[in-house]
Amino acid sequence: MIAPKTYLILFLLISIFLPSAQASIWHVGKNERFKNVADAIQHAQVGDSILVKKGVYHEHNLIIDKALSIIGQGLPILDGEGKYEVLSIKASHVTIQGFHIRNSGISSLKDLAGIKIYDSQHVQIINNLITNSFFGIYVQYGKHCTIKNNHIIAYGVEEQQSGNGIHCWNSSYLQIQNNLITGHRDGIYFEFVTHSIIKNNRSFRNLRYGLHFMFSNNDTYISNVFTNNGAGVAVMFSNHVNMFYNTFHQNWGDASYGILLKEISDGIIQGNHFEKNTTGIYLEGVSRVKMTRNTFSNNGWGLKIQASCQDMAIHHNNFMNNTFDVSTNGTLVLNNFNGNYWDKYDGYDLNRDHIGDVPFRPVSLFSIILEKNPTTLIMFRSFISALMDKTEKLIPSLTPEQLKDQFPLIKPVQL
Amino acid sequence: MIITEHISKRFGNQQVLNDVHITCRPGACIALIGPNGSGKTTLIKSILQMVIPDTGKVLFQGEDIAGQWSYRGKIGFMPQMTRYPENMSVGEVMSMMIDIRKDQKDLDEELIEQYHLKEIYPKRMGTLSGGMRQKVGACLAFLFQPDILILDEPTAGLDPLSSEILKQKILKEKAKGKSTIISSHVLSELDEMITEVIYMQDGQVLFQKTLEDLQQETQEVKLSKMIAKIIA
Amino acid sequence: MNKIYKHVIADIIRNRIVLFYTLILLLASLSVFSLEDTSSKGLLSMLNIILMIVPLVCLIFSTIYMYNSSEFIELLLSQPLQRNAIWWSLFIGLITALGLAFFVGAGIVILIFEPSFLGLMLVICGLLLTFIFTAIALLAAVLTKDKAKGIGLSIILWLFYAIIFDGIVLFMLFQWADYPIEKFMILISMLNPIDLARILILMQMDVSALMGYTGAIFKDFFGTSGGIAISFGTLILWIMIPFICSLRYFKKKDL
Repeated sequence: MIAPKTYLILFLLISIFLPSAQASIWHVGKNERFKNVADAIQHAQVGDSILVKKGVYHEHNLIIDKALSIIGQGLPILDGEGKYEVLSIKASHVTIQGFHIRNSGISSLKDLAGIKIYDSQHVQIINNLITNSFFGIYVQYGKHCTIKNNHIIAYGVEEQQSGNGIHCWNSSYLQIQNNLITGHRDGIYFEFVTHSIIKNNRSFRNLRYGLHFMFSNNDTYISNVFTNNGAGVAVMFSNHVNMFYNTFHQNWGDASYGILLKEISDGIIQGNHFEKNTTGIYLEGVSRVKMTRNTFSNNGWGLKIQASCQDMAIHHNNFMNNTFDVSTNGTLVLNNFNGNYWDKYDGYDLNRDHIGDVPFRPVSLFSIILEKNPTTLIMFRSFISALMDKTEKLIPSLTPEQLKDQFPLIKPVQL
Repeated sequence: MIITEHISKRFGNQQVLNDVHITCRPGACIALIGPNGSGKTTLIKSILQMVIPDTGKVLFQGEDIAGQWSYRGKIGFMPQMTRYPENMSVGEVMSMMIDIRKDQKDLDEELIEQYHLKEIYPKRMGTLSGGMRQKVGACLAFLFQPDILILDEPTAGLDPLSSEILKQKILKEKAKGKSTIISSHVLSELDEMITEVIYMQDGQVLFQKTLEDLQQETQEVKLSKMIAKIIA
Repeated sequence: MNKIYKHVIADIIRNRIVLFYTLILLLASLSVFSLEDTSSKGLLSMLNIILMIVPLVCLIFSTIYMYNSSEFIELLLSQPLQRNAIWWSLFIGLITALGLAFFVGAGIVILIFEPSFLGLMLVICGLLLTFIFTAIALLAAVLTKDKAKGIGLSIILWLFYAIIFDGIVLFMLFQWADYPIEKFMILISMLNPIDLARILILMQMDVSALMGYTGAIFKDFFGTSGGIAISFGTLILWIMIPFICSLRYFKKKDL
């Protein structure tokens, strides 16, 4: 007689060891059993691994419909020949690692991608090189997916002929880390994506935005570098977005911003560097965002804050070597600018508490004039414009009286 | 040597030279006299092209000087009151002038020695008195052995001794057959030197006559008397 | 010509005002760079010195020097020298002395604290403005008969180029705010060497701001090598035209 208890143990043992015992490794390559990946996928069982040897594979559209780990050895090439979506992942728990995926098709009707994740969870895309694809990595209805250490490189010239590097739509709990994205339309694109982390990515020389972020709440991005993108970074119509320690660099152009913030509420912007942008941050309809310990240096405009912003707490930021520190379009000021370091401050600190004794007005008259009449830029730094600015500092008439830092710091904030 | 042919010059509405026609022969020593503002200095300046006449021309050794500049190498000019760059020392001024006329090798340093000019070579021009500067000017005028000397009020500001040294120098040069034009107010000191007189008034040459002619006409010995008689 | 310019230079360089000017520039530039935490504020002060003080000093000093040298010029004229050569020598003497004063007083300090293209641009513009306003001073001096009038004229010229011109331009900008006059403004800026120098420096100093739409129009011109060449060509013309005018006038002038 076998006790029911023994059955239970046996069952548990089998259920634990059976899958692993059955998980097989399939090899694909010139001299292997499978000459192409599609055959291997067909034969493989859920949980198996497929190792792909170095070589060029023309698989047309490779569909992965079961949980498999597909791992390239020596960077095998999957070529979409400019016609196909190279990899379509339609199952959860899939891992794609170590491939060079190139030449996806370009279509204005379907969003063809190098790798596309359809409605799946726990998919991992690691250490791949994706070149010359329409979209690089496309995630729709994904959850808990990880996109890590990929290089996504395109050579886009026009926005229409170019998709986004990492495109995420209607997804949540994504981890996007250590990727390098260049030459796409938007480097990283988020729409209806929540609870996700974007960390340590480098996005540069993309045609439009380095990061484009819409209707996506409760996301955090940390330590990314956005350089020289057509229009910088845009974060719009979202709430509870946190941005830490990112670098926004050399985003140059009339409609180009380190960050464009539009209709954003309840977030934290901390420890970021904005350097050599035409505008560091442009804020429109932003509320309750805490902005602290950021450095704005060598920008045309540090902050362009529209009158539609309110309840912003802007403190302990460093403003250095900007042509204009702050500009605004109205006289209404509902934000707090107290306690920043401004290198243009020329007040004094008699009681040595490291806080300037007279308030600083970061909006110069000339920036207001420039807002109304951009051509006057040609008169900037002339004696007469300096004279006007000095007069305005003494008797504010055109600049918003309330926009001032009551407690300007004497020394830069140590970061 | 020098002929001015009908030169006229107008400054604003003032006619400073009116059809001036003079001749300076080689070996002649001409006194250029006349009241203040009669155009003496302007005439000299015209010869040196510091003033460019409105009409007429100046011939130097038979050639029109218009557009020329090298002829001035043959002229030794001593201006009325000379100011030099204040920061230059006397020695530097001298060496600059020598530098300008590099091709003139044979220098006449007699006056330099007589005036002991070398003693003040280290002094800056700005610190010199008017008389001292006149001495520098005189030395420069004779330094390059010019064919013709033009001296504008040479003795003004000079002490009597220096004045005499200068006079002796002029006579010596005259003996060598050099032409001289002296403009001066002090007629007494001109007596022994001159051979001809040009008298100017209101921008016009009243007369140009040799000393002998004047003596015959007026029967006077002293130049001042002759002039007084002829003007009256 | 080379016969006398070295003597003129030797004279001007020892001029007390030139020495004083050098010293003041040196003190000012050392203090603005060492007192500020960032070099950008120092550069801004230097920009103002270059755009305001340099033209003023060059104009006034050169005008006064020309008047004080009138007897000296007469003396030179009585020598076997061409008028051309005398005038050139005086000009070269003045720009060498004032240029050297600027370079020693400000140029070296700028290049030490800001060894970049921007620093180089500041120094080049400072030197060009020195030359330009010396040439303009020569013209002012040769055109006016007495010293007071000459100095008055150079002060008026300075006021015009440094302040009044900009006021007029600003007025025009507001009057015609609705018209696309950016290209026209480029042309206008060529009419004032101070503005031209300022814009050339602006292109390096505020490069980020100039990437905006309007800035881009200016940047497309002043930021390209062709535009920079045209701008420098214009600045050179600003030296040559007043100088050649003064030279032509001097050749006919009665002294």
